[in-house]
Amino acid sequence: MNKVLIIGAGGAGLRSAISAHKNGAEVTVISKSYPTRSQTCMAQGGINAARGENDSVEHHIADTLRSAHGVASQEAIAILCENASTEIEFLDSIGVPFSRDKSGEITQRKLGGASEARACYAQDFSGLKILHTLYDHCNKLGIKFINEHYLINLSVQNKKVFGGNFLDMQTGVTKHIEADAIILATGGYSKIYQKHSTNSAGTTGDGVAVALRAGASISNMEFIQLHPTALKNSSVLISESARGAGGYLVNSKGDRFTNELAPRDEVARAIHNEIESGSDVFLDIRHLGEEFIDENLPQERKLAKLYEGVDPIVDLLPIKPAAHYSMGGIEVNLECETNVKNLFAVGECANHKVHGANRLGGNSLLELMVFGSIAGESAAHSSSVSPEHKTTTQFESDRNFIEGIKHFTNQIDFYEKREFISNIFYNNVGLVRNDAGLKAVLAAIRQIQMEIPFMGPVDKSMHYNTNLVEFIEFGNMVELAEVILVSAISRHESRGAHFRDDIPESKDEMYATDLKVWREEGILCADFVGKTDDN
Amino acid sequence: MIIKVLRYTKEGGEREAFIEYDVQLENPTLLQALAFIKTKIDPTLSFSSGCASSICGSCSMRVNEVEKLACSYKVKDGDKITALKNMSRIRDLVVNMEESHSKNIKAKAYSEIFTSLQISQADAKINELQSDCILCGSCYSACPVFDTNSEFMGPFSLTRVFRYIFDPRENSGTKKIQNIQSHGVWDCTLCGECTLVCPMGISSKDDISALRSKSNIAGFMDPNFSAGALDFGAPTF
Ligand SMILES: Cc1cc2nc3c(=O)[nH]c(=O)nc-3n(C[C@H](O)[C@H](O)[C@H](O)COP(=O)(O)OP(=O)(O)OC[C@H]3O[C@@H](n4cnc5c(N)ncnc54)[C@H](O)[C@@H]3O)c2cc1C
Ligand code: SF4
Ligand code: SF4
Repeated sequence: MNKVLIIGAGGAGLRSAISAHKNGAEVTVISKSYPTRSQTCMAQGGINAARGENDSVEHHIADTLRSAHGVASQEAIAILCENASTEIEFLDSIGVPFSRDKSGEITQRKLGGASEARACYAQDFSGLKILHTLYDHCNKLGIKFINEHYLINLSVQNKKVFGGNFLDMQTGVTKHIEADAIILATGGYSKIYQKHSTNSAGTTGDGVAVALRAGASISNMEFIQLHPTALKNSSVLISESARGAGGYLVNSKGDRFTNELAPRDEVARAIHNEIESGSDVFLDIRHLGEEFIDENLPQERKLAKLYEGVDPIVDLLPIKPAAHYSMGGIEVNLECETNVKNLFAVGECANHKVHGANRLGGNSLLELMVFGSIAGESAAHSSSVSPEHKTTTQFESDRNFIEGIKHFTNQIDFYEKREFISNIFYNNVGLVRNDAGLKAVLAAIRQIQMEIPFMGPVDKSMHYNTNLVEFIEFGNMVELAEVILVSAISRHESRGAHFRDDIPESKDEMYATDLKVWREEGILCADFVGKTDDN
Repeated sequence: MIIKVLRYTKEGGEREAFIEYDVQLENPTLLQALAFIKTKIDPTLSFSSGCASSICGSCSMRVNEVEKLACSYKVKDGDKITALKNMSRIRDLVVNMEESHSKNIKAKAYSEIFTSLQISQADAKINELQSDCILCGSCYSACPVFDTNSEFMGPFSLTRVFRYIFDPRENSGTKKIQNIQSHGVWDCTLCGECTLVCPMGISSKDDISALRSKSNIAGFMDPNFSAGALDFGAPTF
């Protein structure tokens, strides 16, 4: 029986756990928080599956491919779309309370970029209800959870992973946990943009940075989706359904300036241009009426009142685009395997080659389910034996790092640098990029890398030291920031979410492909790989 | 604005003290205020946070002895911030939720035998509210039963059981009901404290009442009556 260790307890981690268990593995799920606190709970819109009368798997594939702008794998997209209905039925069978239509069928709504109403949802709480139901089902199966353990690094020998090193946050002890196979399901990296991101606090790209350090390749890191409508002060997401229902975007003069229902990147850039020209931008849903808003957008009304002090029934909602989803991640094949043996990756931390340069709303939750199911099965059957004499070098180095925190100085405040990075990223590595801006940010990041030895946690306690955890997260974000910049500078074109005003056109013959990044002897290498599909 | 936070540590012996902080922000949420303290005044302050939009349940704590989510509470001058009750404290505002979560397993808060069937829109509404629970633990902290009875399954676990038992797809008969007789529905005093603090508007009290009726129908009785603890002097035949 394979011992499978799953790191991350969001939708991807839990779906993998259920699948690995079904395939006979002994499963442990470990995460830095509690499972139900994972970012998956924030998803509102829904999960895609072609189930409607006029819809078909082919339509779903076509929409996904179009949105990917030429850098996705047709094979992977076919797997995603073909298995969608089975996954919805699985979720239904364990008790996810999907919203129903009058005939008792799971009802669906239309999200941006979809040719049909394709997203199954549970009111405004799709992610919440899916995540909690998966969690309850894991409890039923007796799956073991280890909570509040922070992954520092993986232990790898001869390109085979055999365990992970964790900080037990409650005790401050560094632990090595062995496994026959490991699945990384640690989520995305959009929190590099901090207060300019819709993401949850822990979405700091830890797993992607750890994988890179462990010798895995990562790819397409430059593709970061900015959602057009987040609340201006808090970056809390106002879901697409507000515009879908007929909401307008207006500038300070009260004029509409774009087609509100155009694809996400176009709408976001139109908003960006208004803001650049000195205007504020607002979402106007007043004309939808109180009854409609209370029935369909209750969360939004509550959050707008709380964070902006405005009531969308009588006021305009001040908005701005905010970093929302990271398309790039750990390179995996169709079995969710990385190039390190026994190491798998799934969910937002992985690049399953289905979103390409721009993700479609509702395809991410779907990806967690479809590829979670595959990852669990692959890991349960992963047969590569672990090394006989396991080296303890990585573990010792990680333990020494944690024990050494008392010697860290804090001559430079990393919280200040974290905020600084978020601002320069938002302004230069956001919706509109160019060579000069990207290079300036890269220089700043390299400077910060040199300054890290002068930074550290002020808190020297071994008990639940969140200052220490945030410092390690900061280190991971700085590491990925460099990769994102190198990738964005190398991609001499515009494609999907990666828009450069110095090269606004796409150059298919050279760049309609994945940009892969890895480390060799510590040196960062980047390469455009052969086209993922031979079409 | 001055707020007072009850700092707590176990390191080198248990200690606690209210510490005052001057938060220089305009009209912040409590979570924004705590983040300000941590990043600008004292990085050792410990609390949990996640989504900052009231859906992940990480930042539940007590303000002037009432449970709140820090991300959805506008903090006021003089507020006293403390950790949740009925769970062991780890540090400052962070509590250990393992024990409370383990009650979900004891209560078997999951689907047992689901027959897949179509559900009418009306039937789907039966447990819509109960499945909004974000496991923030506020109800568990507010429940007075734990003062004397640590075995009680507690409000959120029973609300979860309600969610599955009342799902029209559940087809396991009385098995699930039987499981919540001991340390379950009858240990609750129906005081309603849980209902007052739930950020999602869930009433575990009402759910527990409904589960009690369901228990009665299934032939289970309130042990407080049947055990003879309350003897009304009825004649025995
Ligand atoms: C506001 C919002 C709305 C969204 N709406 C939708 C939608 O409607 N439809 C859709 O399809 N998608 C939506 N998305 C995107 C989707 O929710 C996410 O892509 C998805 O939930 C990611 O799931 P995951 O399981 O990969 O990771 P997450 O849910 O982010 O989970 C990551 C897990 O890894 C753990 N972890 C991370 N680092 C470490 C570490 N160092 N050590 C140990 N554990 C670690 C965390 O504790 C957590 O358990 C939305 C996203 C946001 C932010
Ligand atoms: S109603 Fe019951 S569960 Fe709720 S707080 Fe009172 S005793 Fe506890
Ligand atoms: S029932 Fe309400 S108060 Fe209790 S854990 Fe759930 S959301 Fe929190």
